[in-house]
Amino acid sequence: MNPRAAMNFRAVWAIYRMEMARAFRTVLQSIVSPVISTSLYFVVFGSAIGSRITEIDGISYGAFIVPGLMMLSLLTQSISNASFAIYFPKFVGSIYELLSAPVSYLEIIIAYVGGAATKSIMLGLIILATAALFVPLRIEHPFWMIAFLVLTAVTFSLFGFIIGIWAKTFEQLQLVPLLIVTPLTFLGGSFYSIHMLPGIWKTITLFNPVVYLISGFRWSFYGKADVSVGVSLGMTLVFLAACIAIVAWIFRTGYRLRN
Amino acid sequence: MSSIISISGVTKTYATGFKALKEINLDIERGEIFALLGPNGAGKTTLISIVCGIVNRSSGSVTVDGHDIGRDYRAARSLIGLVPQELTIDAFETVWATVNYSRGLFGKAPDKAFVEKVLRDLSLWDKKDAKAITLSGGMKRRLMIAKALSHEPRVLFLDEPTAGVDVELRQDMWAMVRRLREDGVTIILTTHYIEEAEAMADRVGVINRGEIILVEGKAELMRKLGRKQMTLELRAPLAALPDGLARYALELSADGNALTYTYDSQSDRPGVASLIRDLEAAGIQFHDLDTKNSTLEEIFVNLLRQEP
Repeated sequence: MNPRAAMNFRAVWAIYRMEMARAFRTVLQSIVSPVISTSLYFVVFGSAIGSRITEIDGISYGAFIVPGLMMLSLLTQSISNASFAIYFPKFVGSIYELLSAPVSYLEIIIAYVGGAATKSIMLGLIILATAALFVPLRIEHPFWMIAFLVLTAVTFSLFGFIIGIWAKTFEQLQLVPLLIVTPLTFLGGSFYSIHMLPGIWKTITLFNPVVYLISGFRWSFYGKADVSVGVSLGMTLVFLAACIAIVAWIFRTGYRLRN
Repeated sequence: MSSIISISGVTKTYATGFKALKEINLDIERGEIFALLGPNGAGKTTLISIVCGIVNRSSGSVTVDGHDIGRDYRAARSLIGLVPQELTIDAFETVWATVNYSRGLFGKAPDKAFVEKVLRDLSLWDKKDAKAITLSGGMKRRLMIAKALSHEPRVLFLDEPTAGVDVELRQDMWAMVRRLREDGVTIILTTHYIEEAEAMADRVGVINRGEIILVEGKAELMRKLGRKQMTLELRAPLAALPDGLARYALELSADGNALTYTYDSQSDRPGVASLIRDLEAAGIQFHDLDTKNSTLEEIFVNLLRQEP
């Protein structure tokens, strides 16, 4: 490498490729299992229960839940991909190599978060394709659909990366996704419109950041949203900025990496 | 500039308050094999980890070939290969993938021929498609070395390279280290197997409780601090030492059949010749005589004993 080079692109590529190789090695866990669980959601919520629910905002219930289902997987998979990717080398000790390499923090982030986000975006698209087999879909704002998809995948991969660095045990690694993210997602309007909630709960729901992600994402499909799209986008960017700030602090102090 | 690594005033205090390193100053000369000796927990691995960028130092500075490890970390780190003590490899990667990954990580352009040569030199070529998890302990160790050499480092750190390694692999590794040195690679090895340092090193540093207590050329060290021992097998057992021999501080074996005389090679204490004359005068006869130099291990143990 030219020591004067601004970026060690070869390292970014090496890490990214390694991460993608890991996903394809565990293809059953990474890809097949989310497809199966999505199909189950459609069978249970879409057909069994959904057949008794009339349209929401003029959209059939089966189609209504598609953006929420994609978000559900996108959030949990981005977090678990990125947190595991950095936690595992920490756990087995092979992180020594990354820390001793001429790699900047920015490059580490781009490679790991890029890898995790790529995987969850691929997964989101697979779920979308699976959903298309069950319900008729329409995407009114494809550009914004992709934008929300990428933005959410990157933000939550970054969040997962933070969890992976913070976690000292496998239990801690599972804690945040299990106790915080999954409930927030379920309560974030994946399966219903927040307008269907009674008054006080509707207000409480507005403190749930996932509401904004799902609402904005659903708007990109059907042009209907629980909260305005601008607010959705703004909240997503705020969360992204918060994650970037935490990561910057971690790297500046060497928190749980170089101490 | 002859020193390739220059460590000055480096300290490390962990968050727990534990002072792992107290003010380390050390220069490693270009092209040498430097052995860093010390008991477990002396600070060897912490020191190496700081130079390699794995652990942040609390204060002080380190340069590698003139590049500061903080300001100019890319240039500094790209010169260094590290083989850590623990066998820590991603178990599910193949040998070929993981060694090429290491090369990429250090910013080197892909070079299949070079990676093949590294694997062949370490007798790993047959295993190139095997997953790391299927390798034996010795092979994993070789793989760690292959990863460290994959980016053609100018400085190689070997942290306890032969811990738990069989004799044959140890010989191979020593041969490899000498070959690397011939190519101009500087080698720093930590060990608590002193015979390793004795067989390999040009210079020896001793670290204890976070302080470098000595740095010396190996031959110099052995000459300066080494002792000689002469053992005499007696013709007839001796019940007690005659008074006339008290000034020699002799040791009589339990069965009275052997006398051991320990002396510094440089001291001006009464010498071997006068001892033999005095023995004769006292009528003590011996039928065999044996001398030996103390090993680095004995020197090392003595040094650590002298520490407060």
